[in-house]
Amino acid sequence: MARSASSRQTAAGGREPGGARPQAKRSTLDLDRVIHERLRLGIVSALAVNERLTFNDLKRLLQTTDGNLSVHARKLEDAQYIACDKTFDGRVPRTEYRLTAAGRRALEKYIAHMDAIIKAVRD
Amino acid sequence: MPHAVDPIHARAEENLRYIRDAMARAGAFTAVPGWGGVAMGATALAAAAISGPPDDSLRWILVWFGDAAAAATIALTAMARKARRSGAPLSPGSPAYRFALAYVPPLVAGIVLTPVFATLDLMARLPGCWLLLYGTAVATGGAFSVRVVPLMGVAFMALGAIAFAAPAAWGHYFLAAGFGGLHIVFGLIIARHYGG
Repeated sequence: MARSASSRQTAAGGREPGGARPQAKRSTLDLDRVIHERLRLGIVSALAVNERLTFNDLKRLLQTTDGNLSVHARKLEDAQYIACDKTFDGRVPRTEYRLTAAGRRALEKYIAHMDAIIKAVRD
Repeated sequence: MPHAVDPIHARAEENLRYIRDAMARAGAFTAVPGWGGVAMGATALAAAAISGPPDDSLRWILVWFGDAAAAATIALTAMARKARRSGAPLSPGSPAYRFALAYVPPLVAGIVLTPVFATLDLMARLPGCWLLLYGTAVATGGAFSVRVVPLMGVAFMALGAIAFAAPAAWGHYFLAAGFGGLHIVFGLIIARHYGG
């Protein structure tokens, strides 16, 4: 999913007549692949406006499956963009996620990239 | 047939839109302050103890107006603090803003109806009116929030409807149960599950 999205963008960047300008091209190539994938971007965005969200909150918000969410959350954890806390609510296991400082910086950088691309094309 | 490729800026705009949407949907979790609700409940219990049963006195109504002002101050402060802490926007179009837009009209109806009830010697029925309209405000505003919020609104509405049928002298008990008890119970649920 991430691969197809980014390859489309790179191709699109190549098609821009005269340039989606060097800055925009560089922005596209430098995209953070970890959060560029749609679901991972959704996880990071949702956590950016909440101190913590449970696994079930994220699943409901992003309308995805357990398996899909687990896989993508793990990738974000591996990149240390989110942190996971597993606790018990009585006897029920509870998984909570929160955005790390690195994750917030990555999202801000990603948004700046997107802004730069849009600005470069409009200017 | 060649594969159509989106212009790069269109993809970038779409990505930014997706981020904003994800934040807005997730922001619904943060719009209603749980601890603020608990504090509002505490002031309502105090107001019920001070006011006593509904009567036609100015004192009775001023106690509850005072509580309404305190509750509004607590709610606005708690909502702003929660939004600031979580980074959720309070700007036009944000979930908190949409909540406020849907929340305010029934409250305005309550403000208009209060003097009408008072001039018709129906002061003792104000608890039912207030609970019903406040419940309507929370239920309609809650359409833009997590499920527990409209549920709280419906509970207020049910309590208001029962208050109309119950003896008028029980009015302060209904106010204590609603503005006190329901705020505290649902406030704790929201605080525990939806970020404070």
